[in-house]
Amino acid sequence: MNNAPVKKGFFSSKSPAIMLLYIIFLMLPIYWLLNMSLKTNQEILGTFSMFPNDITFDNYIVIFTDPDWYWGYINSMTYVVMNTLISLGVALPAAYAFSRYRFLGDKHLFFWLLTNRMAPPAVFALPFFQLYSSVGLFDTHIAVALAHTLFNVPLTVWILEGFMKGVPKEIDETAYVDGFSFFGFFTKIFTPMIASGIGVAAFFCFMFSWVELLLSRTLTAVDAKSIAATMTKTVSASGVDWGVLSAAGILTILPGAIVIYFVRHHIAKGLSLGRV
Amino acid sequence: MSLELQNISMSVDGNMHIYNTNLTLKKGTMNVLLGRTSSGKTTLMRIMAGLDVPTSGKILWEGKDVTGMKVQDRKIAMVYQQFINYPAMTVYENIAAPLRLMKKSEDFIDKAVRKTAGLMRMTDMLHKKPLELSGGQQQRCALARSLVKGSGLVLLDEPLANLDYKLREELRAEIPKLFEESGAIFVYATTEPEEALLLGGNVATLWEGKITQFGKTADVYHNPNNATTAKVFSNPAMNFLNIEKKDGFIYFHNSNKIPATDIFLKLEDGEYLAGFRPNHLELKARSDSAFHFDTNLSVTEITGSETFLHLSYDNENWIGLVHGVHDLEYGSNLSVYLDLRHIFIFKKDGDLLQTASYVTNR
Repeated sequence: MNNAPVKKGFFSSKSPAIMLLYIIFLMLPIYWLLNMSLKTNQEILGTFSMFPNDITFDNYIVIFTDPDWYWGYINSMTYVVMNTLISLGVALPAAYAFSRYRFLGDKHLFFWLLTNRMAPPAVFALPFFQLYSSVGLFDTHIAVALAHTLFNVPLTVWILEGFMKGVPKEIDETAYVDGFSFFGFFTKIFTPMIASGIGVAAFFCFMFSWVELLLSRTLTAVDAKSIAATMTKTVSASGVDWGVLSAAGILTILPGAIVIYFVRHHIAKGLSLGRV
Repeated sequence: MSLELQNISMSVDGNMHIYNTNLTLKKGTMNVLLGRTSSGKTTLMRIMAGLDVPTSGKILWEGKDVTGMKVQDRKIAMVYQQFINYPAMTVYENIAAPLRLMKKSEDFIDKAVRKTAGLMRMTDMLHKKPLELSGGQQQRCALARSLVKGSGLVLLDEPLANLDYKLREELRAEIPKLFEESGAIFVYATTEPEEALLLGGNVATLWEGKITQFGKTADVYHNPNNATTAKVFSNPAMNFLNIEKKDGFIYFHNSNKIPATDIFLKLEDGEYLAGFRPNHLELKARSDSAFHFDTNLSVTEITGSETFLHLSYDNENWIGLVHGVHDLEYGSNLSVYLDLRHIFIFKKDGDLLQTASYVTNR
């Protein structure tokens, strides 16, 4: 028997201190944002305080009452949801084909998909702007949604293909033998089996589209202006409205936090593209 | 009702998987496809199912050509070696799935599902999801789903291979019962000769994409019509010895000779292949006429009630199967005996010339 005393202290693996420090460093910027969002502009600029002296919700009220602000959220939400649906709708059949069939150039095509993600969005800003302007798509939700699919479809295909490969081909065949049509099999048998993969893929689409700034700002002006764009244009004649901006920041983090909560168990598998 | 394969052949990327094959399976028969791994069992079965289209040849179902017909329209059932169920559905829904697709009434479905589940002893598990079950239960669920729709052709591709020994024995005893109740054509692929013998019915032995023999299981076992069938349908494989008859003597490779009497009397002069099953090699001579071989023992495997002896004799490697536990030394010389009654004589090209006399006098 090993009766040696377990090492205790600050650096032991059981010590909560390390964990605490980690969380503090991690959460400090977010806390500061929250802190600022509950202060008045005078307090933000005037004094250094760990807590708001006088908690105010005015900043949040501005956002929920000023159409300029809340339309930013609605616009962003609209094109993000559109983008997620389009990406999944396109990627599901594509990933199925990659996972089940061999065809001419399949491996090259599959790799080429990933190379799409290697280019920075800025590269595509100009061609998209010019193209959309000429076909009348400029400043519409679908314009941003489509532009973002350029980055999201490849990733979604990669994630879903990994999950689909994990489903044995014999399930497909058993379903056909049992009398399922392809569509029936795909919706009733196959989709539930890769549900977590779809969840993770949707999460990645959502997050990319939600935080992407450059394309969404270039391709919109008024009608489909995104929240990220709104936030960067908040400098007014009276200077930067720090409090409102902080409140907007908090509200921007929230959807991501909510979505991540639902896929938290599958996220690691998704990050390794289903190949765990 | 019958399934007929006419001149079926299958090649994939230029490799022949199935050579020209003709096979007729009759209504209400149990048919075992027996062959080693990659001998073409699964390929043949997939062609029967309609999952793969043969490169050439026709498949007739009740006299109608069904080659290339969509598998959904074939109304067959298939069970794989892997436990394939629909994980998102309960066992009940799994079994009911084929019936729902046939648009049967809810009443009919409920009755059929409960009856089949009862048959497979799964009544207590109907509300569970397949992945909550043990391997044997998962496979029973798959079997139930294949039986419930009462299709005329049930294909079982090594359904018990992934189960542990105990469960395999249990399920193996159930399959012939299920088969009798269904009245369908069963096709059962396996690598194990014992399984074929236990299931009875007919057996087709496969070797490198060819059916070497098809017939009643006992007949094929006792009267293999060529050396390949004998090799496939014997576990461990049949042992062989090259012999030559000349001037009234039988010569072995090492130029030993014995007078050509008894079973060798009728042979013409020439070279032959003598075959005998592992269990017919004995450590003691039972009669004066028994062959005696001085062999070298390389390995012994003791299974508990039996001992496998890996022997080498000249250039031949043999396996002997003797009862009881024998404590023998590796690398030692071992005398083994073989009764003449147990020797099959094959031509050099493998065709059976003379069956062992123990079979005919059985």
